[in-house]
Amino acid sequence: MKYEERLQNVTVLGAAGKMGSGILLLTAVEMADLSLLPENKTKTFVLNAVDVSDEALHGLMGYLRTQVRKLAEKKTVLLRKLYADRADLIENYHIIDEYIFDVMNIVRPVNALEVAYNSHLVFEAIKEDPALKVKIFTQIKNNSNVDPWFFTNTSSIPITELDVKAELGGKVIGFHFYNPPAVQKLVEVIRANGTLDEVNEFAMTYAKKLRKVVVPSNDYAGFIGNGHFMRDALYGMQEAQRLSVQFGGFVQGVYAINKVTQDFLIRPMGIFQLIDYVGVEVCSYIMSVMNPYLENEDLHSDLLDKMVAQGITGGQYSSGTQKDGFLKYEKGRPVAIWDVDAKKYIDIAGFAAEVDNQLGAMPTSWKPWKAINFSGTKAATLETIFTEMGTMTNLGASLSKAYNKRSNEIGHLLNDSNVANSTDDVNTVMLTGFYHAYGPINNYLK
Amino acid sequence: MKPYKKVYMYGGYNTISLGTGRKEFNPKVARPGIEHYIKEAGQAVLAQIGGAANVDDGVIGNFMAARFNNQANLPGFLPMIDEGLSMKYGTSVEGACGSGGLALQTGIRNILAGSDVTLALGFEVQNTVKAIYGADILAGAGWYQKRKEGHAYFFPGQFSDRAGAYFAKYGKENARKGMSRWFANAMINARLDPTAQEYHNTMPNPYEACLAAEPNGRAFVENLNYFDCSKVSDGASGIAVCSEEGLKKMGVDKSEAVEIVSFVQSVRDITKDPTDLTELEAIKYCANKALEEAGITVHQLSTAEVHDCFSIAGILTVEALGLAAPGKGCDYVAEGNTARDGIMPINTSGGLIGWGHPTGGTGVHQAVTIWQQLTGKAGDYQVEIHKDRPYGMTINMGGDDVTISAIVYKRG
Repeated sequence: MKYEERLQNVTVLGAAGKMGSGILLLTAVEMADLSLLPENKTKTFVLNAVDVSDEALHGLMGYLRTQVRKLAEKKTVLLRKLYADRADLIENYHIIDEYIFDVMNIVRPVNALEVAYNSHLVFEAIKEDPALKVKIFTQIKNNSNVDPWFFTNTSSIPITELDVKAELGGKVIGFHFYNPPAVQKLVEVIRANGTLDEVNEFAMTYAKKLRKVVVPSNDYAGFIGNGHFMRDALYGMQEAQRLSVQFGGFVQGVYAINKVTQDFLIRPMGIFQLIDYVGVEVCSYIMSVMNPYLENEDLHSDLLDKMVAQGITGGQYSSGTQKDGFLKYEKGRPVAIWDVDAKKYIDIAGFAAEVDNQLGAMPTSWKPWKAINFSGTKAATLETIFTEMGTMTNLGASLSKAYNKRSNEIGHLLNDSNVANSTDDVNTVMLTGFYHAYGPINNYLK
Repeated sequence: MKPYKKVYMYGGYNTISLGTGRKEFNPKVARPGIEHYIKEAGQAVLAQIGGAANVDDGVIGNFMAARFNNQANLPGFLPMIDEGLSMKYGTSVEGACGSGGLALQTGIRNILAGSDVTLALGFEVQNTVKAIYGADILAGAGWYQKRKEGHAYFFPGQFSDRAGAYFAKYGKENARKGMSRWFANAMINARLDPTAQEYHNTMPNPYEACLAAEPNGRAFVENLNYFDCSKVSDGASGIAVCSEEGLKKMGVDKSEAVEIVSFVQSVRDITKDPTDLTELEAIKYCANKALEEAGITVHQLSTAEVHDCFSIAGILTVEALGLAAPGKGCDYVAEGNTARDGIMPINTSGGLIGWGHPTGGTGVHQAVTIWQQLTGKAGDYQVEIHKDRPYGMTINMGGDDVTISAIVYKRG
């Protein structure tokens, strides 16, 4: 079956979710672009957007329309060529409007799973629940009128387990986008032990057409991305709890570590903000999925459990705005921190100056992540800042050194335990999937 | 034409040219509408000429308010500027990016028809839509029958084709040097005029930046980069066109005004492709006719304002004026002859690339700059006006070398 034939009938499961909606968008655009090629003009392309929530599907179509317009506005030069034979489409806005219609016209929003029985490709982006995934894959496979391939967006469950339990015969592959899929360049591709070569080849072609950076990860729970992030987050939470004693309060510890990770270590966001972004509850769940597969290691956080039990979940609203988690946000900026003992948010303004004072000054050569990550002199700037920080002895610099050392250890662990094929792959995941300015495998702050 | 009686211009004013580059520009925040710009420019001119009572009539030059702002019937905005203009004669004129030039030509004709003072304005407010949709609107300056086969960015596409033809005929390397120098001159000059869109520009080396930026045909056009293009602008300019009697009414000495030595307006058939992409045929005809009518040669100009909607258009205009032979305009510019300290300073407040290009206002902005230069009112961007070369000139273009205005001025 040729590439475009495989893409003539596709289903995205969990299409209205945070990841699913992005996957749906990219796939819909790819399918529409195929449908506009002269040789495909008589063919019908169908993309089922399956989700349990009618309300979410309703929102999905609005999201899709807005996003397709943005994409179309960026590629109007190309679209004018694709619609060159349409004499009725003259101005850019005629062409952009028609393209939006053509993309939307491929998508069938629905809450019935049965539509997937005619799909050659099933993209799964549902809840991170192994049993649920196996159940749904089995149902589709047993009832399918065709011979479907399964692409799963799982960020933590070993693909081989899904393949074996759902008896998919190697017609499955891990295709892990980063959030948000429409923006993030990285895709982790994970072959199960039995994944067929043709499935992998299709995955590579599809990723290339979507202009994604592919990093192959081996089939270990959590893969490279969560393999680093979950351990890094666990360390951050442990450090915050340790510092709480010294600072005389939980919120001060969280504030200090969030500042060390974001400012001192020049990351796009602090570790607690990142946990909130992914979701406090989601992080807790991913750890619980990964933990049974890990040897000599307990990837578990009582603190996360406690937060979830207190109803603090993080994550995002369907509009994309951040829900409160460890941090409380106003206009996207953290203003308060959740106190797990007092069970309320405490304003950052009340204690920030005191903690800042205890952490001490940042290097005089310091610049924020935003000013460094996109500049042509990134490497030299980081070298200067971290060399200066290396000579400093204040608390902030000491915590940074220890944090970077731990990140480095995690990076090597992923390589040594064969999760990643190389330390470069580990770095690529953190640079492209997490927008870090430098990889965990670095020579800074030794 | 040479006016049969004395015609002057005085009391010029420019709003800022608002758009990317200006610190106060934020695409996400609501911006002033056309009313603001018309009012600001109109009232500022009236304040210099003794108020609306001295004005006999008004003319507004504008290209596409009907699409950018969903507004037509523009003469109705003249009395909004000042109720003293209520019930007086008013009109609006349109010739694409040459609309401002048409407003000047109309003002001159009003004076020759017997008026003493005409308020001439030009404006455009274009940041109401994204550039990709603005390109549709601006494409109206071309023949609509050709829109389908045109580029997504229609006018950049037209002038990219001209640049491509120029590269093929005369060599790309020299041409790129000339075009980059053109851009650098625009930035240097614009930084001296507080109303310019590039007034806040701080690029350390605009010449090198422009030279290094390879055009990307996938996202934009084949032969021009973004630096080669004027930007999207909101702005207005105004000036009073008047007779000798008018100046007296206003209580203004002739020496504070510029006198119109000649004015020519020429139109090329919009339905016909240019005969030669490496030549601006209508500009060549119109500008040389204006010089001829004025009885001077191009070398008697101390400065000129030309229509550099794209850097290549600037180079081609230098050639059309006869300042350099065909194919040598790029060298003429690259050698610094058109820089503010060169032999023939051109676009001394930044031109369309540096000052900005609120399309319907550009022609009037050019006249304001020449008035300022010839009467010593140009402030930081003042250039030397040579005693033996007392003339200035404006060349305003609508479409791809279609609706052209050329005017020769000297101090009154």
